[in-house]
Amino acid sequence: MSEYKIHIEEHRDDEASKLGMWLFIFTELLLFGGLFLVYSIFRMEYPKAFHESSLELSVTIGAINTIVLLFSSMTIAMALTAMQKNNQKLALIFIGITLFCAAVFLFNKYFEWGHKIEHGLYPGSTLMPLLDRGHLLYFSLYFFMTGLHALHIIIGMTLLIVCFFKVKSKNINHQDYVLLENGALYWHLVDLIWIFLFPLMYLIS
Amino acid sequence: MTENKKIEYVSYLDHKGKYKGLLSWIMATDHKRIGLLYMYAIMTFFFIGAFLGLLMKIELIAPGETIMKPQTYNGIFTLHGILMIFMVVIPGLSAVFGNFFLPILIGAKDVAFPKLNRLSWWIFIAGSIMAIASQLLKNGPPDSGWTFYAPYSTTTGTNVIMATSAAFVLGFSSILTGLNFIVTIHQMRAPGMKFFNMPLFPWALYATAWIQLLATPIIGITLLMLIAERLFGIGFFNPDLGGDPLLFQHLFWIYSHPAVYVMILPAMGVITEIIPTFCQRQIYGYKAIAISSLAIAGVGFLVWGHHMFTSGMSDQARWFFSLLTFIVAVPSAIKVFNWIATMYNGSIDVKPPFLYALSFIFLFTIGGTTGLLLGSVATNVQVHDTAFVVAHFHYIIFGGMGFAFFAAIHYWLPKMYGRMYNFKRAYIAWGINFVGFNLLYFPQFIIGIEGMPRRYFDYPAQFQPAQIVSSIGGFILIFGLILMVYNLVQGARKGEVAPANPWHGSTLEWQIPSPPSLENFDEAPVIKANPYDYQ
Repeated sequence: MSEYKIHIEEHRDDEASKLGMWLFIFTELLLFGGLFLVYSIFRMEYPKAFHESSLELSVTIGAINTIVLLFSSMTIAMALTAMQKNNQKLALIFIGITLFCAAVFLFNKYFEWGHKIEHGLYPGSTLMPLLDRGHLLYFSLYFFMTGLHALHIIIGMTLLIVCFFKVKSKNINHQDYVLLENGALYWHLVDLIWIFLFPLMYLIS
Repeated sequence: MTENKKIEYVSYLDHKGKYKGLLSWIMATDHKRIGLLYMYAIMTFFFIGAFLGLLMKIELIAPGETIMKPQTYNGIFTLHGILMIFMVVIPGLSAVFGNFFLPILIGAKDVAFPKLNRLSWWIFIAGSIMAIASQLLKNGPPDSGWTFYAPYSTTTGTNVIMATSAAFVLGFSSILTGLNFIVTIHQMRAPGMKFFNMPLFPWALYATAWIQLLATPIIGITLLMLIAERLFGIGFFNPDLGGDPLLFQHLFWIYSHPAVYVMILPAMGVITEIIPTFCQRQIYGYKAIAISSLAIAGVGFLVWGHHMFTSGMSDQARWFFSLLTFIVAVPSAIKVFNWIATMYNGSIDVKPPFLYALSFIFLFTIGGTTGLLLGSVATNVQVHDTAFVVAHFHYIIFGGMGFAFFAAIHYWLPKMYGRMYNFKRAYIAWGINFVGFNLLYFPQFIIGIEGMPRRYFDYPAQFQPAQIVSSIGGFILIFGLILMVYNLVQGARKGEVAPANPWHGSTLEWQIPSPPSLENFDEAPVIKANPYDYQ
């Protein structure tokens, strides 16, 4: 009986935590799924305008950002493996690299957005209502989708910063690393959504 | 505690934790306390919503302006909808009785993520505060109806942003509760309890949780788009800016139709618990009921278009959605037949919970069959957006989910508080509620068919007799509800001490003391292969 009690007080169920994270990821995918639906409907309605507008975006910056994010997905997976092998120092380095990549992504995004805003291409500007409807919808969707994605990058970064300090204080260790695992899962989700956004916005024309 | 061989029984209500007084509730992670917190909040919102409903009934007692201006009426039916849908019936049964009884019914000590559960409750309260704030801020209460149909909702000057943000936040709470329940059912079942050894209320909650999880994000993104549209003049839904208002309706109902099943599935689960107990008979067709819950959840995702038959969809889309709507009626009917078959040859004991369960079947059947009239394209065109829809919806949601909620409260109150309410008053209150309910809503079927539109504050004189009957029903119902709640509060506070198993139930919650201890099971529970074994 006393053993039973002790087990309860230290109740920990990594399987449950991971299952919970996967379910949460489903909801995030559906959140973006709604947006993809709206995108495809408007793309069908205004194919020409969507084609012309997508030429305005810089494929180079988009491609760089894609590579940066893919690379960061790899480093966070390596951080997790390092943690499982009880190499705290290496895990910290890899989480650090991931965070750096995330910052690079946002930095690029900042310039990309800045460029559009300079040309008056942003929701609520004076120029936008003068554009024809297809262009207007394209740029609205562009800002809405990449904006929501950037928000998710920031949430993911926050999660990873928490993981960083928990690894440092050994609250995450080689026996209990489910938080880092969930953080990494979330980071892969953020990456995955970008993998869809990039072709939708930049490549299909 | 670990040193004691035998743990002393302390009920969860008397348990002394880290916090004292009010904080011991606000900071509670115990699923039973969180369930009660939801119940107090939801009952409060329910009475505010019911009072607003009564105001509408008073306004409609005579043609023309009676007690309020048209704009006030628009604000009131919008708030009535937002309160009742997002803050009462969607969380209702799963957040209150799901939280309280799901872990107990599957032999667990708590839900999988107790802290997340507490967070969902906080988010729920935050969202509720926002919803109420939307009424009081300076631009005036939103007047778009709870459906927020674009493009009106994107152009009206009222506080639509606040109200939609509130719905967004409340949706987040709903997602987290659903997520918690799915993981709880997968991971926390007592050793020896397989999926098909679970009672049927957990089955219903499981199906509900998947809908909450998979459908709610869609309304989330839709409301975000609506907010962005209002803030930045993006034209997703405004035809002047190239958008498509029909798109909003699609996205809205992709969530909001499954949400109807979030409301009714747990209600069916409650009824499935109550009927075998008061018939002392094994439930008829256990597997059929369990699987029909999943079937309703699954097919329920595919029928949203029947809300839009008159909005301008293609003929193919219309007959397709109509067909699917008829299909979703099948698993609901399976449940009704199983309940009735369970009663056959049982030793029926008509106690208040059973009376409410019976009236659930009656009202739900009326609501369900009139739903078929709405699901068929030809008749839908006649009754679309009339009082007929209002009557149908309230028969399903109030007569269904509401009466199931009352059934659940009468069934489980002795377990939750360890005390029993007064039976005589409970019978009287039930009678008043039942009569009041039918007087209130049945006339609306008739005037609906005759062409009385919904959401109108004025009407031609020919509808007045039915409107008066309906308003009188409203007053009777409110009186019955107040009597019922008074009786329950009195019972919970100073009723007779109830035995652990007053109804001779067979499921796990009746095998532990009332009220339960903090960890529900001080000894590992004995799991029966058949939860409804009344030998």
